[in-house]
Amino acid sequence: MSGYSAIFFVMMILIFLIGQGLPALGQVEFSSLFSERWYPIEEYYGILPLIGGSIIVTIGATIIAVPLGLGSAVFISEVAPRWAREILKPMVELLAGLPSVVLGFIGIVSLSPLVREYLNLPTGLSALTGSMLLGAIAVPTIVSVAEDALDSVPREYRNAALALGATEWQTIWTVTLPAARSGVLTAVMLGIARTIGETMTVMMVTGNAAVMPDGISALFSPIRTMTATIAAEMGEVAEGSSHYHVLFLIGIILFLISLVINVTASSVIFKKTNRTEKILS
Amino acid sequence: MMRVKKSITLAIIFSVFLSGCILNFSNNSGSDSPSSTQNLYIENKGSDTIVNMALAWAETYQELYPEIRISVTGGGSGTGIAALINDTVDIANASRQIKQKEIENAAENDVIPVEFIIARDAIAIIVNQDNPVNQLSIQQISDIFSGKITNWSQIGGDDRPIVKLSRETNSGTHVYFLEEVIRQGDKEDATLFSQDTLLLPSSEGIITEVRDNPNAIGYDGLGYITDEVKVIAVAVTQGDDYIIPSVASVNNNLYPIARNLYMYTNGEPAAHVREYLDWILSQDGQQIVQELGFVPILDN
Repeated sequence: MSGYSAIFFVMMILIFLIGQGLPALGQVEFSSLFSERWYPIEEYYGILPLIGGSIIVTIGATIIAVPLGLGSAVFISEVAPRWAREILKPMVELLAGLPSVVLGFIGIVSLSPLVREYLNLPTGLSALTGSMLLGAIAVPTIVSVAEDALDSVPREYRNAALALGATEWQTIWTVTLPAARSGVLTAVMLGIARTIGETMTVMMVTGNAAVMPDGISALFSPIRTMTATIAAEMGEVAEGSSHYHVLFLIGIILFLISLVINVTASSVIFKKTNRTEKILS
Repeated sequence: MMRVKKSITLAIIFSVFLSGCILNFSNNSGSDSPSSTQNLYIENKGSDTIVNMALAWAETYQELYPEIRISVTGGGSGTGIAALINDTVDIANASRQIKQKEIENAAENDVIPVEFIIARDAIAIIVNQDNPVNQLSIQQISDIFSGKITNWSQIGGDDRPIVKLSRETNSGTHVYFLEEVIRQGDKEDATLFSQDTLLLPSSEGIITEVRDNPNAIGYDGLGYITDEVKVIAVAVTQGDDYIIPSVASVNNNLYPIARNLYMYTNGEPAAHVREYLDWILSQDGQQIVQELGFVPILDN
């Protein structure tokens, strides 16, 4: 029953978003919508820089969070002694409870000046600072889910590998991780979904300049994300104006992106186990 | 979404209200028992430039008249005026005059905005303490923010890139700066902020970045300027007198980037709202304006 209610709520949200967002396509010309200038108070509604900004920050956060998160998960699940595991896992999960506005504040006050000085950038309020903080937000999700997946790999797999003469390192890389890959991929996908939807932190530290990112160098300059745009501007728009509908259109795009991420994640989970695994289990 | 928005607003109002109660407790002014005369409620919302001043007014006024409850929230001039149009506030604060389009929107909802000028404000141009530049003309400031000047060495500073900081587009200060500084009051001019201008969500954010970053230039209401940043002297055209913004230079109409601050009500305000506005415009109310670094309007 509650499962169905979740579907019901998602459908209601989707219907609401479409109802409020699609009129934008009628009010704002397509060429204007897909231009590179976002300045809504003068009716420039180019959403490309916002999409680009979100993608750049998310890629940056993924590059930071995935190795860190998976590394921690492997360490906690496979390497650390039991007592360390008992301490580490709750600590990491505690990190997940840190409010994003607190992280954003830390970002403004201490991380952004550091980024500016060490990388000699014009300003520290950049996509990179946002990525680093978003990475910190995604790591607990990744660690928590991936650790559970690694933990559920049967003991026998590891014992068999070790008995065949594999080192502990080889066992982790060639047996345990591949066996847990669906759970590990879910962890990564959930982490990415978490970063793309994050609002407060990016609004505080990325500078919010709607510049079209050109390649990877954009990581070192200010950008403006879709979420920050909605958060910063939704409070002032008059209901029913083109600006209002365009903001909801951005909401639809965000919704679609996280839908794609979730569908990808679940299609990985439900993929049939391959033949070797069937024989082994 | 609407419901969420409303409940967030409610939560903010509630927390402001709550903090007011706590303040009352600590002041030991427990004279108003719950069963005393019915409380009159004034809801006040809008410009972030005005919000500190509005809070100071509200606190002082509630001490004088405990039966009045005033809740103050920020959010930007556009937010305040939008709330007035939807008739959800008693007083909207705005750091810019209401637009013709907003008056029309209001008329559709049977709301007739009435204007009160409640203080004046100067917009200060600020840079880092280590920046050797001391003075700029309005034309130079316009060229910086529209992206024509991109290095401090072009205007007599060090060889550093210029990082431009602005408030978000929902800020009255942003709109005022665009119209009066970047476009220099020319309505036909369609110059915009350069695309790489950083739009920060708060005045404090601008002050923090200017304080830490020697490349930065920003603007902010005079009331928000702290000693940690350097205020630039401004001239209308190059060669004129360069004026530092201050209460005196604004009141004498010497400093060029100054504006009125407004409150709007729906139609002629109710008696208790009217009394509050009269008090704001009185000597006592304007004293608070001066204390917060804005410019009182008594002299006019």
